Amino acid sequence: MATTRQLNVNGRVYTTDADPEAILLFVLRDHLDLTGTKYGCGEGQCGACTVLIDGKARRSCITRLADVAQRQITTIEGLAKGDQLHPLQQAFLDEAAMQCAYCTSGMIMSAVSLLSTRQDLSAAEIRRSMEGNVCRCGTYPRIVSAIQKAAEVMRESRP
Amino acid sequence: MSRELEFEAGVEPERYELTALLRYCFEVDRREFFKFLGTGLLIVCVWKDAYGMQESGSDRGTRLQSLPAEIAAWLHIGEDGAVTAYTGKVEVGQNIRTSLSQAVAEELHVPISKVQMVMGDTKQTPYDRGTFGSRTTPEMNLQLRKVASAARDVLVGIAASQWQVDRNRLLVGDGKITDSANERSVEYAALVKGNQLTGTVPAEDPLIPATHWKVAGRSLPKIDGLDFVTGKHRYPSDQKLPEMLYGKVLRPPAFGATLSSLDTHKADKLPGAIVVHDGNFVGVAAPSAEIASRALAAVHAEWKSVPQISNKELFEYLKQNEESGESGGLVPPGSLARSDSSGSAFRYEAGSVEKALASADHRLQQTYTVSYIAHVPLEPRAALAQWSDDNLTVWTGTQRPFGVRAELAEAFRMSEERVRVLMPDTGSAYGGKHTGETAIEAARLARAAKRPVKLMWTREEEFTWAYFRPAGVLEVSSGIRNDGTILAWDFHNYNSGAMGIRTFYEIENQRIQFHVTRSPLRQGSYRALAATANHFARESHIDELAHLVKMDPLGFRLKNLKNERLRAVFEAAAKKFAWGQNKPAGHGFGMGGGFEKGGNVATFAEVAVDRSTGDVKVVRMVTAFECGAIVNPDGLLNQIEGANIMGLGGALFEAIDFSDGRILNGRLSDYRVPRFSDVPALQTVLLDRKDIPSAGAGESSMVGVAPAIANAIFDATGIRLRSLPLVPNGLKIS
Repeated sequence: MATTRQLNVNGRVYTTDADPEAILLFVLRDHLDLTGTKYGCGEGQCGACTVLIDGKARRSCITRLADVAQRQITTIEGLAKGDQLHPLQQAFLDEAAMQCAYCTSGMIMSAVSLLSTRQDLSAAEIRRSMEGNVCRCGTYPRIVSAIQKAAEVMRESRP
Repeated sequence: MSRELEFEAGVEPERYELTALLRYCFEVDRREFFKFLGTGLLIVCVWKDAYGMQESGSDRGTRLQSLPAEIAAWLHIGEDGAVTAYTGKVEVGQNIRTSLSQAVAEELHVPISKVQMVMGDTKQTPYDRGTFGSRTTPEMNLQLRKVASAARDVLVGIAASQWQVDRNRLLVGDGKITDSANERSVEYAALVKGNQLTGTVPAEDPLIPATHWKVAGRSLPKIDGLDFVTGKHRYPSDQKLPEMLYGKVLRPPAFGATLSSLDTHKADKLPGAIVVHDGNFVGVAAPSAEIASRALAAVHAEWKSVPQISNKELFEYLKQNEESGESGGLVPPGSLARSDSSGSAFRYEAGSVEKALASADHRLQQTYTVSYIAHVPLEPRAALAQWSDDNLTVWTGTQRPFGVRAELAEAFRMSEERVRVLMPDTGSAYGGKHTGETAIEAARLARAAKRPVKLMWTREEEFTWAYFRPAGVLEVSSGIRNDGTILAWDFHNYNSGAMGIRTFYEIENQRIQFHVTRSPLRQGSYRALAATANHFARESHIDELAHLVKMDPLGFRLKNLKNERLRAVFEAAAKKFAWGQNKPAGHGFGMGGGFEKGGNVATFAEVAVDRSTGDVKVVRMVTAFECGAIVNPDGLLNQIEGANIMGLGGALFEAIDFSDGRILNGRLSDYRVPRFSDVPALQTVLLDRKDIPSAGAGESSMVGVAPAIANAIFDATGIRLRSLPLVPNGLKIS
């Protein structure tokens, strides 16, 4: 008989019978039907699977379920507050920073983590920090612009 | 010259685009349309030329009573005023869902939010050969404008007859028809309500000229962008059905290996796992991906493989393995021996190359090579297959849903009417998703399991079991006068393809030939196809000739170039780039350009070479591009920037390493793709020619990148690199 465990995702408590050794990415996608987080490489090289664990970007394709059991997990589905998009989501739309958009959720989640500590990054710093995320369509310059734009919005809305 | 170039660009599908002939087949007739769509107005558009129906089989149209066979698109306006356009084209990130919606909204005079596109569903959409060759904008965009324009005409006609007024005084706008003299208006919805109206597109239907476009010609954002930034969009790999199982396929250790023994008894014991063995195919389906992986690992198989070559022997192999009987034969000078879609050779000859070489002041002979590279679509191939009463439905990411339907029908020995393929907007393709092996594998597992099965290829499977951009050897021999006039041009491409092989420089004596050879790896379509290899060799060689006669590379090109559209992009890019300005030490400037698939491009690059480390960094690139009237300027910019960045990978460092039937670098930690830090400062100049029909742009904008960088490296160092990738391990400076 499989044991069940609880998982905190996007502020909700889910119950899953997945193996503790199971990969978080597939638990999210297959067990919880949160398919916004993508498989790209399975070895933490492309960033498509990026989620937040306690607010920090992590590659869910190389993360075991057991390692995040007691942590707060945020996926792309949990980023907007109702109809209110996160500034990064809005900025990706405004800057048309996507083509096929398969990398977009991972890009946004990585950038959320990046901007959570600093909102005054230069374009060069953004590029360096985002190096682990691949956009094969090549929308990198637009993604940098979107992150800068979101950073500006976040700076201005800070109390 | 320019007429011939357009002929070449517009007519011929690249040999590698097409792998199999397809059968033509429709699901519904006109009455069924209305049953299926509801009452309203239906406009059907028929291809006017043979191009769109090139692949149709001999039995095309036999099942149809009332619809002509060569249908390109159809459009329906429902009782609620909803406009739905149906096309067999698919969305893989080129944002045609948006640009095609713009075309419909423009001609129909409705807000773009009213337009819905149904794409790439073999049951609902017209037959389409596939989304490749940059044909969507020149062909489908035009077809949809025609159906929308015809629909508008029908609606105006109905309103005129209802009101008993001259149709010419009626105005159309915002989904309404207005008679301003009598201060009345009617919505489209009201006009079609309760009716089953039909119409076809007249032969000569005036479309709105690009100079008057209101919705087309504008930078509209991705139409359903919200679904992508919130993670709601369901890609093929995100599809799900109740009772669905997860599939895995056992891969041989090498290409061409055959199964010699198989033991599945351990795998069979895993809870819910179903092991399928059929010929060389071994796969499992299980209630979870984890169990499927465990079951696959528990299968014990032995394979027999045959010795195969490695990439070290590749170019020699290609030269030595020309396929006999396919070299095109001798043709009279000035005429073309054209290849067909089955992949025969191409040969063009004009004047006498030998005589011209003999009379030239300088002769130059060089060999260029290009490696196999991988598409690396960020979403690996995926398919979800479901059987029901001997009917098969497959959701999969493919550029050829109708082609995949044919592959499935053949694999399962069933008629195409019983197969439906749907293509949810997919995580990119770049020419790499023409074939249906994932769909077939998922369907085979689902048939055995008697439940739906989803199969997602791993990144390693995508690298290994899809196909590659063809490698090639290109030999160029030329003769030139001291004044910079090119007299002779002898150009031979082995294996990589004929696309973009013709020279656009004015050269009296030419021999241009594509040689079909055997390929050690499975190869197929790739963004811009052989045009990248052919432009690399041509534009590198042109640069070498310019240096040989000590002429400025830009002046040298313009001296030998008459085509006005090409001259315009070279001149525009040169101006933006400030060609001729001083450059920092260790930096070099280079250019490359050409004409491909209706698009004219010139790319200028600046590189910085660190002589101590051998590091080569592309500092900036300027691209000037012209593809006729621009449909969506920002969408076009996005495509050009993306093509530049993707082109950078193939130019600098991407190459498949292989040996003995194995891919040695088939994962992202081993195969380098362009990342944030590789991206130079990009500047793009768009030339909007509203007087020229719109052409596609996703491919042609890529072809100048590699030669521009190679020529810039020469400018910086004096080192001439003639192999793509140019600097996979940095530059060796002796």
